[in-house]
Amino acid sequence: MRGFLTAPIGPKTLMKLERMTFMPAATNTKRNLVTAALVAPAAAWLMIFLVLPFIAMLVFAFGERAPEGGYQAAFTFAQFARLPTRAAAFWNTMVLAPVGALLCLLVAYPVAYYLAVKADPRYRLILVSLVVVPFWTSLLVRTYAWMYILGSRGIPNLLSMIGLEDVRLLNTPGAVLLGIVYGYLPLMIMPIYVSLEKLDRRLLEASADLGAKPVSTFFGVTLPLSLPGVMTGVALVTILLLGEYLIPQLLGGGKVFFIGNALVDLFLQSRNWPFGSAIAVTLVAVVVVILMVAMRIAFRVAGTRQVDLV
Amino acid sequence: MRAFISSVYLFLYAPIALVVLFSFNAGRSASEFTGFSTAWYGKALGNTFLVSALQNSLMIAFTSATLAAIFGTMAALGMERLAPRNRAIFDALFAAAIVVPGVVIGIATLVALVAVFSFVNPALATIWPGEQPPQLGLGYGSIIAAHGLFSMALVTMIVKARIASLGRDIVEASSDLYATPITTFRLIVLPQILPSILAGFLLAFTFSFDDFIIAFFVAGSKTTLPIYVFASIRRGVTPEINAIATLVLVASLLLILTARILMRDKKPKSGE
Repeated sequence: MRGFLTAPIGPKTLMKLERMTFMPAATNTKRNLVTAALVAPAAAWLMIFLVLPFIAMLVFAFGERAPEGGYQAAFTFAQFARLPTRAAAFWNTMVLAPVGALLCLLVAYPVAYYLAVKADPRYRLILVSLVVVPFWTSLLVRTYAWMYILGSRGIPNLLSMIGLEDVRLLNTPGAVLLGIVYGYLPLMIMPIYVSLEKLDRRLLEASADLGAKPVSTFFGVTLPLSLPGVMTGVALVTILLLGEYLIPQLLGGGKVFFIGNALVDLFLQSRNWPFGSAIAVTLVAVVVVILMVAMRIAFRVAGTRQVDLV
Repeated sequence: MRAFISSVYLFLYAPIALVVLFSFNAGRSASEFTGFSTAWYGKALGNTFLVSALQNSLMIAFTSATLAAIFGTMAALGMERLAPRNRAIFDALFAAAIVVPGVVIGIATLVALVAVFSFVNPALATIWPGEQPPQLGLGYGSIIAAHGLFSMALVTMIVKARIASLGRDIVEASSDLYATPITTFRLIVLPQILPSILAGFLLAFTFSFDDFIIAFFVAGSKTTLPIYVFASIRRGVTPEINAIATLVLVASLLLILTARILMRDKKPKSGE
């Protein structure tokens, strides 16, 4: 203890300690200038390409469609009043996104559990990498792969060889759900894996020592402690699915369309920007509500945890 | 349990493997492998539209990832010097940039840029001395800006995590030995965060290279590789698309694997 107290401390460390303890950071002008210069480009980028666009979108949502398409200044709630005309897109999205996320969860949890608890530590890194890598490869290509498999020359073609004629798999809600599980499985596995990996093994041993069967240890200890990861995964996947375009477009073929498909149609085909903006604003509002609910639950269950997306 | 896990891995990789396999198919069939051939790759690479779309994508990905790596790293370094309240604002904005669906980012950017152009272009026309004033429009710049937003948030998140795990003691030791802040940064901090900056760059590159939906909104008349592939898919599934898809897969695979190797924690795990 004495040695620690008398250990030599450099003059600069002393000054820094003094500054940290006694002086508010704001008094150091040069330091503040450097800090400002460091964050300025990012701040400008966030302002110009995130905040400003959201304001513009909000303004457009209260405007009118110009006769030739695009936007005409106005202040009206007409666009929001027309939202029910796109009820089918909202309905599909609001049903298939959560259902898809839950299906994802059902497949993801055992995988995450295996990776975190059961897998041989020597192979763990490779197995985890194998889960993460697909997430960073083109969703377009991965969805296309299923279009290829489910399309008339794929599985239905094979089925017709054994006598099952005219099986239609593509352009059904089932195909869209399959695409969703396939596309978002890695994103669901990762946060659950992270929360299970941090699990204190001694709790499991304690539970077993106290005579709990493996099943009750799982439902009494493991599952509750992994809930933050589960919540993060479900919230992330649901939110990204709410804005999904490619999967319903390629595997739903215009029959099973999401809000994202309605938005592309409104912006790039019929050029009704104000109505499109109103739908996008509504979508963001839904996302914010889901995030807030998810965070509330996650906070209540346990402290927050960092999620490794990479 | 094992059987289930194995089938999930099979589920993840079999569809990709099938696309790769049939990209080498000699015939046009999607369900019958009639012989090995690289003819579709030759056809794909001989397609000038495809090659120019690929060049556009590479240029956009490189530019947006470079800007994101530089500005994102600067932000990560600056943010830890900010007052907690300002830092929270940045955290919230970066989180928004990551979590808001791409379709909304695309729309919002499109709407804002078109609104800005509708003011700027007439103004440019009146003050421009020459005959033909420049017309601002959607194109490479808008794609780079929109991709840069997500990428910068990504780089900041990764580099910030690395900075947080750095020992402060050697930074203090360095300044105790009278190194200037710049020398300390160059010799102590930068070498330690460089792998995560590179990893952030590669992930940003991969994101931009693979992104379809944002570019779809803000590309204007320009074509990126995913936009080209999407348009081709809508015209019908051909083995040529399998070849292109395989090339895209291999490219992103190499990028993500390099990024993961760079991000591996070199510190030994603390004893349990």
